[in-house]
Amino acid sequence: MASEGHLSAIKGAKVLMVGAGGIGCELLKTLALSGFQDIHIIDMDTIEVSNLNRQFLFRQSHVGQSKAKVARDAVLNFRPGMSITPHHANVKDPEFNVEFFKQFNVVLNGLDNLDARRHVNRLCLAADVPLVESGTTGFLGQVIKMIFSLWQQSISLKGQVTVHIKGKTECYECQPKPAPKTYPVCTITSTPSKFVHCIVWAKDLLFAKLFGDKNQENDLNVRSSDATNSSEQAKDVFERRKDEDFGQYGRRIYDHVFGYNIELALSNEETWNKRKRPRPIYSKDFLSEELNHQNGNVDNSCLTDAFSSVSAMASLGLKNPQDKWSLLESTRVFLEALKQFFLKREKEIGNLSFDKDDQLAVEFVTAAANIRAASFGIPLHSLFEAKGIAGNIVHAVATTNAIIAGLIVIEAIKVLQKDTDNYRCGSIPFYLFRMTYCLEHVSRKMLLMPVEPYEPNKACYVCSETPLLLEINTYRSKLRDFVEKIVKAKLGMNFPLIMHGSNLLYEVGDDLDDDMVANYAANLEKVLSELPSPVNSGTMLTVEDLQQELVCSINIKHRMLLNFHSFQGWENVHSLTNLDEFDEEKEPDGMVLTGWTQAPAVVGNGGSTSNARQAEAEKDTEVDEISEPSGKKRKLSEVDIPNAADGTGNHKEVKELDDDDDDDDLVMLDDLDSVTNKKKRLQ
Amino acid sequence: MDGEELTEQETALYDRQIRVWGADAQRRLSKSHILVYGMKGAVAEFCKNIVLAGVGSLTLVDDRLVTEEAFSANFLIPPNENVYSGKTIAEVCCNSLKEFNPMVRVLVEKGDLSSFGGEFYDKFDVVVVSCCSVAKKNLINEKCRKLSKRVAFYTVDCRDSCGEIFVDLQNHKYSKQKLEETVECQLQYPSFEEAISVPWKVLPRKTSKLYFAMRVIEQFEEAEGRGVGEISVPDLPGVLKLKKEICEANSLNASRIPDTLLERLIMGAREFPPVCAIIGGILGQEVIKALSGKGDPLKNFFFFDVMDGKGIVEDISNTETGRVAVSRGLTLE
Ligand SMILES: [Zn+2]
Repeated sequence: MASEGHLSAIKGAKVLMVGAGGIGCELLKTLALSGFQDIHIIDMDTIEVSNLNRQFLFRQSHVGQSKAKVARDAVLNFRPGMSITPHHANVKDPEFNVEFFKQFNVVLNGLDNLDARRHVNRLCLAADVPLVESGTTGFLGQVIKMIFSLWQQSISLKGQVTVHIKGKTECYECQPKPAPKTYPVCTITSTPSKFVHCIVWAKDLLFAKLFGDKNQENDLNVRSSDATNSSEQAKDVFERRKDEDFGQYGRRIYDHVFGYNIELALSNEETWNKRKRPRPIYSKDFLSEELNHQNGNVDNSCLTDAFSSVSAMASLGLKNPQDKWSLLESTRVFLEALKQFFLKREKEIGNLSFDKDDQLAVEFVTAAANIRAASFGIPLHSLFEAKGIAGNIVHAVATTNAIIAGLIVIEAIKVLQKDTDNYRCGSIPFYLFRMTYCLEHVSRKMLLMPVEPYEPNKACYVCSETPLLLEINTYRSKLRDFVEKIVKAKLGMNFPLIMHGSNLLYEVGDDLDDDMVANYAANLEKVLSELPSPVNSGTMLTVEDLQQELVCSINIKHRMLLNFHSFQGWENVHSLTNLDEFDEEKEPDGMVLTGWTQAPAVVGNGGSTSNARQAEAEKDTEVDEISEPSGKKRKLSEVDIPNAADGTGNHKEVKELDDDDDDDDLVMLDDLDSVTNKKKRLQ
Repeated sequence: MDGEELTEQETALYDRQIRVWGADAQRRLSKSHILVYGMKGAVAEFCKNIVLAGVGSLTLVDDRLVTEEAFSANFLIPPNENVYSGKTIAEVCCNSLKEFNPMVRVLVEKGDLSSFGGEFYDKFDVVVVSCCSVAKKNLINEKCRKLSKRVAFYTVDCRDSCGEIFVDLQNHKYSKQKLEETVECQLQYPSFEEAISVPWKVLPRKTSKLYFAMRVIEQFEEAEGRGVGEISVPDLPGVLKLKKEICEANSLNASRIPDTLLERLIMGAREFPPVCAIIGGILGQEVIKALSGKGDPLKNFFFFDVMDGKGIVEDISNTETGRVAVSRGLTLE
């Protein structure tokens, strides 16, 4: 491996690393040791305490500093001669355009979010630079309980390294990717049945209402403010009155959201025919004498160290984040956290958004979610668990990242050697805990498994030109809905330009004149059928992102929205689609985009699983929420591998390598020598 | 849950990994003591991984002075003479590792591991050796096995773009999660000496060729009185001759050990850093599994080769020492 050929390929290469986090630290170290000389790193994040257990280039003293810059300095300590250029910035910033990407020989991703990955994929395609994509997939919020004490749930840690080369292998978006789960509004506001629903309510509605932007739309009170209430009054409930102290204010909010709103919901008998009725909870149930007692304690919270900053838990003497609080404790944390926000962080109120690293915010959300859970008879959770769910925290350890980084560097070297025709090891998913299923699969012998990369998907809207189909109610949906929910959320565009024929409907940019800005702003509020150039069934729209140099066409088909409340009992989506109507439960946006592949509702990045074993393994552990019908995993055996170009017949044996039947290992191993010979030019 | 609670500081630092293996395993890790010998690239990676994971202590043994070769794949040694001059490899690595996690004690021990007695090994829960001759591996493995407490023993070697890990957990009991159930399991391991004396002809036909190739090189170095890795291209004819002899003695078709593979192993005196990262990562994972008693550990060899990209587990032991599932435990929740 360490031949002159590969050394010169390494030395002459200019590499872009996106992400200096868990994988990034390991990757930069391994690249440096392997002899790479010229590396750019982009990362917008700063260092946090919870990074230090695996991002080994960072120390306690670096907390708060730029990851990209500190990583650079740390690596220069053991490889002083290298050129490392840090960019403390968002990879989606306009400065990182196609021209910027073109200067690199290879791009290596160590990212933790889908959005940025899609963006980098598009820029790599546009700049025609090979991309080595990677990810460790931890578990997701919704199944955190399962793995909490159970490391050996094999699937809880796996990683994947895949090479994407324009025109030769599939792009990152050729296959469905997991997207964050969204929930129907009424499940969150009225009928929660899982703890995660309570978390979403506490975080996205209550927290946002009390501490976030007051102008933001918020559904917190939608179901409770019926026509008999003066709408003025409903708005004022969340404002602190002039003469009100924080204790009174907190109790009033508490009683309103956990008591009054629940009573109001209960009055709608229909809702509770088939559901367990929630229990209204009032602060007086617990706190007849509590309040005064608490006031004396507030000052304790100033005695904080670097790990807890402002904390309601600390001032209430609650220490272990893994304990589940009683309803009384949750009530006290709720009131105390609310008070501390007003006492210690008043300036931020109105601008806060939930951040998993904001201790006080996590405490408030944990307490509120638990009180709501108690009300609805949903099991309670600890702060540690709630934080994992609320922050979509991916579990991560150093060892997995180190292994992934090693695999990325191996793939990068192969790419640089232009060994693109022989991508036998192009994609290496691996199973650190492969033997977890040992009682059924004792014979499995592989911890790291190479898998043949796939050809580009000819129907991929990113790397091919296949049009998408959007079913939408053109009389009800506004252009804003289309821009926000489809173009931005689903297609992942940042600077969209929307055209109907030669008519511009919408665009974003710095160089627009005032008339145009006003014109586009007006268009946003119009329903599609009433735009200056009306969008109806049969219209084809062209959507373009100038930064990503991505253009796609969308065929519009008009469809009505089904009133889902009258069909609550219906479970079969297909019977609904037959009616040409939407089911709000399945399609909360009231729009169906096809051609764009809806992914299973998994947070994380393990969606590009391309082999039978992984798909099978995931089946065992997926929870009931993961049920999107179109997110079906591909089984390798179902996929035609048409890459006959190298004529070696190599593919067949690799294909079998993925099958569960142990005998196939024999086939594969018998051919190892010939494979080694073919790979000789790597040396 | 046994033992004392994790501190607030530990919970904050180890947040992401406690979400993987649980607070209970984290507590066990923080009370465990690790010994490593031979600070090559893969071992440096391993040390980083377990120091970050938060073990109780890590003791390094490597009395060699720092040379240019030493830091080629080892990021724990800054290539700055002012830093390393006059210091042993273990001392320099120790200083770097301490910075990774102030909650872990990192220590240096001097001397020859083969001469240390039982009371020395008794301080450890895990012993990892690298760059050791067959004789030394056997000797240290036996010292660990003679102790009244169970010490996990590992060897790790990287040659060119290949890596090997050997594991001896003696009699290992552990629990694992199977669907909703917790299952108690037990594994019986052979020692290194027992493993490598299993006749080749009884091994399954698909046994990794790397297993055989590594044994040939090992025997060559032993027979020629070479140190580990003190071998180069001119030795190839001798190595190929030895291969032929061993294969004949073992009734193994000589084509099972390709000459090209042996050639690669001989040529690559320097470690290949990505392989060190992978081998050091797998080893870290295995040690954490062994210490926490959670999850299926490797039994008993692991091989990785860049050429085919596969990471393969081989069970090289007598058939009667297989896996025994003792009993089904309680269902959680
Ligand atoms: Zn594509």
